[in-house]
Amino acid sequence: MLYIKCPYCGLRAQKEFSYGGDATVKRPNINEEVSSEDWDNFVYMRKSPRGKHIELWQHIAGCRQWIKVQRDTATHEIFQTAKVTEEIR
Amino acid sequence: MQKYSVFSLIKNAFSNHQNWEVAWKDPTPKSEYDVVIIGGGGHGLATAYYLAKEHNIRNVAIIEKGWIGGGNVGRNTTIIRSNFMYDANARFNEFGMDLWRNLSQELNFNVMFSPRGIINLAHSDAQMNAYARRGNSMRLNGIDAKLLDREEVKKLIPMADFSDEVRFPIFGGLMQPSAGTARHDAVAWGYARQADDMGVDIIQHCEVTGFDVVNGKIKGIRTSRGDIKTKKVGLCVAGSTNILAEKLNMTLPIETHVLQACVSEPVKPLLDGVVTFGAGHFYISQSDKGEMVMGGDLDGYNSYAQRGNLPTIQHVLTGGLALFPFLSRLKMLRTWGGIMDMSMDGSPIIDKTHIEGLYLNCGWCYGGFKSTPVSGWTFAHTIAQDQVHELNSELRLNRFSTGHLLDEKGLGTKTWIG
Repeated sequence: MLYIKCPYCGLRAQKEFSYGGDATVKRPNINEEVSSEDWDNFVYMRKSPRGKHIELWQHIAGCRQWIKVQRDTATHEIFQTAKVTEEIR
Repeated sequence: MQKYSVFSLIKNAFSNHQNWEVAWKDPTPKSEYDVVIIGGGGHGLATAYYLAKEHNIRNVAIIEKGWIGGGNVGRNTTIIRSNFMYDANARFNEFGMDLWRNLSQELNFNVMFSPRGIINLAHSDAQMNAYARRGNSMRLNGIDAKLLDREEVKKLIPMADFSDEVRFPIFGGLMQPSAGTARHDAVAWGYARQADDMGVDIIQHCEVTGFDVVNGKIKGIRTSRGDIKTKKVGLCVAGSTNILAEKLNMTLPIETHVLQACVSEPVKPLLDGVVTFGAGHFYISQSDKGEMVMGGDLDGYNSYAQRGNLPTIQHVLTGGLALFPFLSRLKMLRTWGGIMDMSMDGSPIIDKTHIEGLYLNCGWCYGGFKSTPVSGWTFAHTIAQDQVHELNSELRLNRFSTGHLLDEKGLGTKTWIG
C-alpha cells in the first residue's frame, strides 16, 4: 500500500486516491496556432521514466483536490507532494 | 541437435539423464552481427527463430539483460486468444493461432497448447449486444465465435454464481472455443533451443548501455560485455521500452505499468477453460497443476517495479468472488507482478523507426503472450525485408499522429484505466 501525504488532509492510504498520470505534460495554449506534432506530444507521447516521476493524483475519497506527487517508479518511494498549483523541483 | 522424443527419453534414462545436450549454448558476444535483437523474452526469441528459419538470416544475436524467459513470458497467465473485433487485430492474432496450433511439432518441444476455449461473460443486455457485434466481426474474419445464453453458460461453468441475489447476474457470454492456454516457459525454451541450433547467439546477463547512431543510421550497440557492430537492431523489451527509447532520444506513445497476477493452492479439476468477468476486470483459468490462475487490473500508476500492492489484488479478487464464490475458500499460493508496455490505444506497435536499421516491437499491454509467435514472425519479416508485412501494416508507430488508432476497447489515452 502506498501512503500519500495530501497537502490538504495529511497522510492517507493509496485507496483514497485515483491516478492522473504525468504532471509535467503541458497542454498547448488554446488561443495559439498548435501544430499536429504538439497535439501528438500532448495527447500520446510520454517519457515514462524509471526513477523520479512527477505525477497527478486526485484525493477522490477525501477532499477531491488534485495534487502533485513525486514518486520513484522503480521503488515506489514518495519524496514530495504538493498542491497542483505548486512546483515540485 | 538431439531430437526430443520418447526414444531419446528412454535412451537417456539408461544414463540417468546425465548426458542430455545443453538446450542452448552460452556464447561470448562476437564483435559484429547482421541483426541484434535486444530482449530475450518470448517475442525476441521468436523473432530470432523466424529470422533464421523464414529469412535465412543466422548471424543473429539476442542480447538479454537477465536470463531468457525471466520477464513477462514467465510471468503471464498464459492465455491465448484471437477474439478481437477490429480487422487488423483479428487477422494478426488469428494468423498467430495457426502458428500456435503447430508450434509443439515445429519446435520439437511440447508447449502444451491446449485449446480449451475462452468465455467473456456478459452482465446486461447492452453487453450481450456488444458481444454479438464482436462475435459477428470475428466470424467475418474466420475466427470461431459463439454467443452463449445464460443456460448455455450455466452448463459450462455451473460453479459460477447463478443465484437471484447477485449484483451482476450472468446474461450470457461470448465464447471462442479455439482459444486456450499454453505452458509459457516452454514457449521461450522451445524457441531458444531451435534458434540456437540455427546459429543464433543467445547472450544472457548482458545489458545494453547505449546505441551508436551515425547520420540517422544504426551502426552498433554498446553493452556491458563490449561493443557490437550491426546494421539492424530490433527492440523487443516490453516493459523496458521507455528506458531504451530514452537512450535513443525517442519519446513513444507508451507508458510502463505494473500488472499483477496470482494463483491459488491447487485443487481438483473444476474449470476447463478461461473465463472473464464482464462487470469488472477479472480473468481466471485452471492450470494443469490445479492452481486457479487469476489476474485483472493494473496497479494503476507508472511503475518499473516487478511487484505490486495488495489493494489491487483485493480489488481484482472482489470481482472474482462475485463471479465464483467458491474462491473464498481457497488459499492464495503466490502473487507476482510484471511490467507492461501500455500503448495509448491498447494495441501493439511493430514497425520501423525514423532511425535507419532500428526496429520497434512494443505496446503489448496485457496481452503479449498470446501474440508471441505472430509477433516474432511479423517482426522478423519487418527486419529482414526492411518493410512491414501486411499483417502488421496497421500496427504502425505513426497511427497516433495520423489518427488511425486501434482502440479496441475505446478507453482513450488513460493507459492505467484500461
